Amino acid sequence: MNMQTLYLLVPIAPLAGAIIAGLFGKTIGRTGAHIVAIAGVLAAFIASVLIFLDVQAGNTFNGALYTWMQAGGINFEIGFLIDKLTVLMMLVVTFVSLMVHIYTIGYMADDPGYQRFFSYISLFTFSMLMLVMSNNFLQLFFGWEAVGLVSYLLIGFWYERPTAIYANMKAFLVNRVGDFGFLLGIGLIAAYTGSLDYQTVFDNSQNLVVQEVSGIGWPLLTTICICLFIGAMGKSAQVPLHVWLPDSMEGPTPISALIHAATMVTAGIFMVARMSPLFELSEAALSFVLVIGATTALFMGFLGIVQNDIKRVVAYSTLSQLGYMTVALGVSAYSAAVFHLMTHAFFKALLFLGAGSVIIGMRHDQDMRNMGGLWKYMPITWATSLLGTLALIGTPGFSGFYSKDSIIEAVHASSIPGSDYAFFCVLAGVFVTAFYSFRMYFLVFHGKARFGQPQGDEGEHGEHSEHSEHDEHDHGHSHGLAPGQKPKESPLVVTLPLILLAIPSVLIGLFTIGPLLFGGWFGEAIFVSDNHPALKEMAESFHGWGQMLLHGLISMPSGLALAGVVMAWIFYVMWPAAPAAIRRVFGVLHTLLENKYYFDRFNEIVFAGGARLLGKGLWKQGDQNLIDGIGVAGSSRLVTLAARITSLFQTGHLYQYAFTMIAGVFVLLTFWLFLA
Amino acid sequence: MTDIPDIPFLSLAIWIPILGGLLVLATGPDRNAWMARLVALLTAILGFAVTIPLYIYFDAAKVGMQFPEARSWIAYFNINYHIGIDGLSLWFVLLNSFITILVVIAGWQTVQNRVAQYMAAFLIMSGLMNGIFAALDGVLFYVFFEASLIPLYLIIGVWGGPNRVHAAIKFFLFTLAGSLAMLLALLYLHSVTDSFDILVWHRAPLSMVEQSLIFFAFLAAFGVKVPMWPVHTWLPDAHVEAPTGGSVVLAAIALKLGAYGFVRFSLPIAPDAAVAYAPIVIALSLIAVVYIGFVALAQADMKKLVAYSSISHMGFVTLGFFMLNPLGVEGALIQMISHGFVSAAMFLCIGVLYDRMHSRQIEDYGGVVNTMPKFAAFFMLFAMANCGLPATSGFVGEFTVILGAVQYNFWIGLLAATTLILGAAYTLWMYKRVVFGAVANEHVAKLTDIGAREFFFLAVLAACVLAMGLYPFPFADAMHTSVNELLRHVSAGKLH
Repeated sequence: MNMQTLYLLVPIAPLAGAIIAGLFGKTIGRTGAHIVAIAGVLAAFIASVLIFLDVQAGNTFNGALYTWMQAGGINFEIGFLIDKLTVLMMLVVTFVSLMVHIYTIGYMADDPGYQRFFSYISLFTFSMLMLVMSNNFLQLFFGWEAVGLVSYLLIGFWYERPTAIYANMKAFLVNRVGDFGFLLGIGLIAAYTGSLDYQTVFDNSQNLVVQEVSGIGWPLLTTICICLFIGAMGKSAQVPLHVWLPDSMEGPTPISALIHAATMVTAGIFMVARMSPLFELSEAALSFVLVIGATTALFMGFLGIVQNDIKRVVAYSTLSQLGYMTVALGVSAYSAAVFHLMTHAFFKALLFLGAGSVIIGMRHDQDMRNMGGLWKYMPITWATSLLGTLALIGTPGFSGFYSKDSIIEAVHASSIPGSDYAFFCVLAGVFVTAFYSFRMYFLVFHGKARFGQPQGDEGEHGEHSEHSEHDEHDHGHSHGLAPGQKPKESPLVVTLPLILLAIPSVLIGLFTIGPLLFGGWFGEAIFVSDNHPALKEMAESFHGWGQMLLHGLISMPSGLALAGVVMAWIFYVMWPAAPAAIRRVFGVLHTLLENKYYFDRFNEIVFAGGARLLGKGLWKQGDQNLIDGIGVAGSSRLVTLAARITSLFQTGHLYQYAFTMIAGVFVLLTFWLFLA
Repeated sequence: MTDIPDIPFLSLAIWIPILGGLLVLATGPDRNAWMARLVALLTAILGFAVTIPLYIYFDAAKVGMQFPEARSWIAYFNINYHIGIDGLSLWFVLLNSFITILVVIAGWQTVQNRVAQYMAAFLIMSGLMNGIFAALDGVLFYVFFEASLIPLYLIIGVWGGPNRVHAAIKFFLFTLAGSLAMLLALLYLHSVTDSFDILVWHRAPLSMVEQSLIFFAFLAAFGVKVPMWPVHTWLPDAHVEAPTGGSVVLAAIALKLGAYGFVRFSLPIAPDAAVAYAPIVIALSLIAVVYIGFVALAQADMKKLVAYSSISHMGFVTLGFFMLNPLGVEGALIQMISHGFVSAAMFLCIGVLYDRMHSRQIEDYGGVVNTMPKFAAFFMLFAMANCGLPATSGFVGEFTVILGAVQYNFWIGLLAATTLILGAAYTLWMYKRVVFGAVANEHVAKLTDIGAREFFFLAVLAACVLAMGLYPFPFADAMHTSVNELLRHVSAGKLH
């Protein structure tokens, strides 16, 4: 099989799985559906491994598959760009997707939408692969929107829940706000380079730097980069377009792991890394990226502290980690961003799937206040979750340590405007991450077992749906454990992916940091300008993973992480009354966090409410009163009036007609005589 | 293609539906309804079949009209039966003939009274509209243009909803008022050139004043038909009252007549005026995109919502034309084709629901997916096409026009791109309220999913929407030569 066929196989296999499971799900049954879907993703994974080996041997590919359309002198093509960046993403996507596919067999076992679910996640895998394998902006946008569509379908998977169908629409619309910017960026690129092909655009990048956007005089390249990044802000959930991600937890847990943690939300990070030849030429755009990322990294982390829903804690941690990746992009440490993207994909997928396993054990109760002491009942889930948490907080030696520490170092070494603020944010973020992660860990796995009790504070379940989970989708399960019931460890299809994900979560960092970050492994795929030497300087002081590990043991980030863990231990194990006491003291702050800085309320009132109001106003006042009322009805009234006036002349009295006629003749004669 | 068979395909495309329609009328009262349906279906299929050679033998590289036919009609006034098509009109003849088949099938069971007249009205209208797209003689065009009002007027007025008479009259008066202005322009052009030949008019030298008057006369006629803001208010009323088939034809084809008029008359006959007044048309188009986008958000009636969405999408068409760059014009033409599929599908979907519930109010629905999962899947696809999602046809035109707009002016591109947000907002919000959620009431609980006939026409449209989204190449390919020729002609102008 030649390589190009193999490239094609990677996206096509999951697509075939999706189509078969989706259209013929009833015929092939549940087992048939998951076999087809898993076979598709497995084929894609194996092909990706083969392509990886080929790329590792030095072969790359950049070529069109077919010409989609020609218009206005622009060739719109569908094609692949296979280089190291692409192939790394392909491996991450197909591997995590494969794990999630297997896990789904257990997690969705009782769901009536089983086949539909498999169809969706395979379709997602296809879309994501098209996105990362693209060699042009058209296909990038196609993948971009397609993953958004599948995300929409999956968040609203349980379509009877009002919260789920609210969340999915919100996710789609917020993403569309990002896409709006993204499309404008693509439009500018097409307008000024006459091409949407990456390579052609990159070759022209020096021309773009010196130009301005005609008519408004903004520097062209900066405008392009910021527009593209607005797209990334939507997809990768950066402040202020982050609001959809926490709500996306309404979807089933496997997709929270696959889409809303490991892969889709990293599309923005990937895109900026892919566009490094453009971003490198605009200091202003990089600063913008940096500040947005730093803000997301720290302030979204804070929100993780006050969440009680296990999935929402992980969701906020995802936001915060995406912020870290964005920060890395801002300081031109693209390879560090992609490196963190990869390690994060493993340990965050692990944490989500672990949370899902807990949720299965708790009979679909997601409130951490009802958990505690689970380590005894769910040993595999406990052990793997602990490993994932340790990786997340950057424990020296774990994968997260290598990637996160590299980012912090890179920020420290950078001198781009905003890097001081970013450095503070990422350092403080380490403490916050450790605190909320271990808060979750202790609340779930340690301390007093709080499950199986009559639930006192039903109202505080708040945004999570008590409405429908028990009656419709759980098929006889009650919501949460009944008094006296004990949680059970999940079946092998659930725990096996946990174990398989735990291995890279721990180990992938130390094996790959050398080549990926400092060995120039990405080669041509990532471009860093000589003006941004942060990563290059770090490379000089890098002497292998062991040395970094030793250094890490005594570094500031590790100290901060340890402090976070200890504080979580004090608050949630040693002295459980403390949080309540602190909440009383810092009431205002707590309210602010509880309300997520009021972003949702603001959007709800100003944008959603405003748009509805404006629409109604334009319709009632503009269309109905002005155009139809004055315009249409007015002209019909005018006609009626004219008719009434002219009808006055038709009196039926002969003498009036005769008089008018004589008068008319007289006027005409006068006119004619005087003129002639 | 050298050896085109000596068959007047274009005339057949016009007259087969019209004569077939008369034949259907001849089947008489409703006890022969089955015969009326059968003859109608066969006519529609035959009518579409004769348009396929138009595509096969179409020479995309050739400048000028193809499949020309010319016969003297009223020799005294030099009025001829002169028809032909180029890359601007080719697709609309095919689209129109194709949609007619679906309309016949869609009305198969749902229309039970005056079946023969109903089917005949659609067939005759289909033929007349092919005539509009093919006509190269001003009078011939005008006759077809005005005549096509009559069947649509009857369709709304006879088979429509409770307010049908008001809606039909509003529709008729709006469009008639516009086309009277056009009639004056046509007569003036005849007085100048001594000919009713549109191609002669394209070459006729005209002063700026003449061009301006002609341009605004055409703008009145075609602007109403598109419809452009602020003369759009007849459309939501007409859609709401029209039967499903009427809405489909109105949205998919009839709106295209106005847009087509711009590229066949306004731009080539008054090129300098078109350049001079383009900012006005662009401004009106952007109002249509943004203002109407918000208005659509406020609608409680599904049909009204889709009607407003149509206006907004047609705003893209006029925007694309008057930016006068190749991306804009080709994008606009593609948008017209795609809108033909998508709006037809959206109205058919609403028709499917209306047939069961006899309500178009969004609030009467909720949780339809529970009882009609197959329908929900189709509706989702078309809703996404309506929001311009890539891989659906809705994306292609919108994307190309937005690229053209950014090229033309960043701010115009920015305003046009708001459709990404607004279109998704009104479409998905409607979808959410109608389809998602728990079963809202006992009527929804009793719904039955789509049957084979409904499945068929939705599946055919779904295939079209996806095929055009995945491979729009042939659509655009047939246009290049004509679009480039048009733009060359416009930029050359007539004032020297």
